[in-house]
Amino acid sequence: MDEITSTRHNPGIDPVLHAWGWEIPVYLFLGGLVAGLMVLAGYHILKAGRQQEKVSYPYAPMLGVILLSLGMNALFLDLANKPLVWRLYLTFQPASPMSWGSWILLLVYPALIGAAILHPPERVPFGQRLLALVRSWSEWLHQRPRLVQVLGLANLGGGIALGIYTGILLGAFGARPLWNSAVLGPLFLFSGLSTAAALMHLLAMVSRSGTGAPFADVALAGVFRLMDPAHCKHVMVRADASFLTIELAIIALWLLGLLTATGVHQQAAALLLGGPWTAPFWGLVILAGILVPLLLQFLELAGRIRHSAVPAVLVLIGGFVLRWILVEAGQASRWS
Amino acid sequence: MARLAMVIDTTLCVGCADCVVACKTENDVPEGFCRDWITEQVAGAFPSARLEIRSERCNHCDHPPCVGCCPTGASHVHQPGAVVLVDKQKCIGCKACIASCPYDARFVHPQGHVDKCTFCVHRVEHGQLPACVSVCPTRCMHFGDLDDPESGVARLLRSRRHHELLPAAGTGPRVIYLT
Repeated sequence: MDEITSTRHNPGIDPVLHAWGWEIPVYLFLGGLVAGLMVLAGYHILKAGRQQEKVSYPYAPMLGVILLSLGMNALFLDLANKPLVWRLYLTFQPASPMSWGSWILLLVYPALIGAAILHPPERVPFGQRLLALVRSWSEWLHQRPRLVQVLGLANLGGGIALGIYTGILLGAFGARPLWNSAVLGPLFLFSGLSTAAALMHLLAMVSRSGTGAPFADVALAGVFRLMDPAHCKHVMVRADASFLTIELAIIALWLLGLLTATGVHQQAAALLLGGPWTAPFWGLVILAGILVPLLLQFLELAGRIRHSAVPAVLVLIGGFVLRWILVEAGQASRWS
Repeated sequence: MARLAMVIDTTLCVGCADCVVACKTENDVPEGFCRDWITEQVAGAFPSARLEIRSERCNHCDHPPCVGCCPTGASHVHQPGAVVLVDKQKCIGCKACIASCPYDARFVHPQGHVDKCTFCVHRVEHGQLPACVSVCPTRCMHFGDLDDPESGVARLLRSRRHHELLPAAGTGPRVIYLT
């Protein structure tokens, strides 16, 4: 027998730690998604320059600015002492992943906004004067290929840093054995890349078919007018399949690392291997979020089934549930 | 450099929770929360089962993970004494320190900042003992400088069997239990 009873009943701490609620998984999901969008956009800026208008990613940065702002709002909502949020930017704490993250988040905005200016939409439902101004900035940028290259590099580097940081943020907490793994950084980066490819794929499909709502269709037609269905079908599906395969391999390494480590790490892995998070992890993340989309994507590429939005939707759901489970189960894992 | 520590004799502790009440009173700890608490651990099987009663709190670790992960520097090591404190004027309530503590010794104060045991540093700096130590009716709690070989706590650790909580976590806790 080894039985422990305690008089401590601190809210949010006992009986199981629940310091972080829905805000953190939402932020980690959106942060990873934006990281993926930045990497895809940076790669295409560097590879294609102005020619990238023929491919599917010119508007990824604009979408990134919106999604990152939503993610940062979720992060802000999680703070218990919101009026002091500015304190993050009065210091840099090199040992704190959260301090690194707050500065990275601040630095990726200029890169995203700069990349967004490169490709302003052709039509917008409102703000025509602003659009004309952005177009003039875009022309100015395009006349400076070196600056465009710097923007490409900033998006590629910033995206990788942002994607890895969202994983390291959790991985650095030694007190939570489930998180305490160096592979969480690469896992979140590749999960972010797969969800970004899935989102661009999904939006390209919606923009082609139309939503039925006149306002939304005007906006989408302007934003995604240049997307090429053939490119969407092959390049994005292939990219997503590659990212998902790597993500699956990293998850296997992560679990293997936990199972071959100390007793507390094995107990943490047991939360996903027979414990309370087993069904959502294996059902929604591994099966529905990775294996089924992979199978559908291979069948689509082989021409066996019709091209559809189903794999992209499943990848997005799987990416979100992965973060949700990691945040919840990680808090439940402990040393004692 | 002083390293303040608490040494608690589990063979004398009866779990009366006077230390908990003294802490709540001294530090105005809000209702429903506690900075220190009583843990009872029963190990083994009858007839050789063993009960250990411990008064637990923040361990003011030598290698505090809560300090390293704090993005604003609110969690810091206060000198002299190497006491781990939270500066509520800098704490944004991100809860990273809460997640990083293997002892779950911290909580979010209703005012928004993170809160925990301070070793009653405001008393100690005026030559007094922490409130919990000063009220203990069995005198099972001892407080002093680990780096002073002549201090009571250093002598107790040299002469008695002792253990710390979760040594494998590698944090170097400075609340130590005599057995």
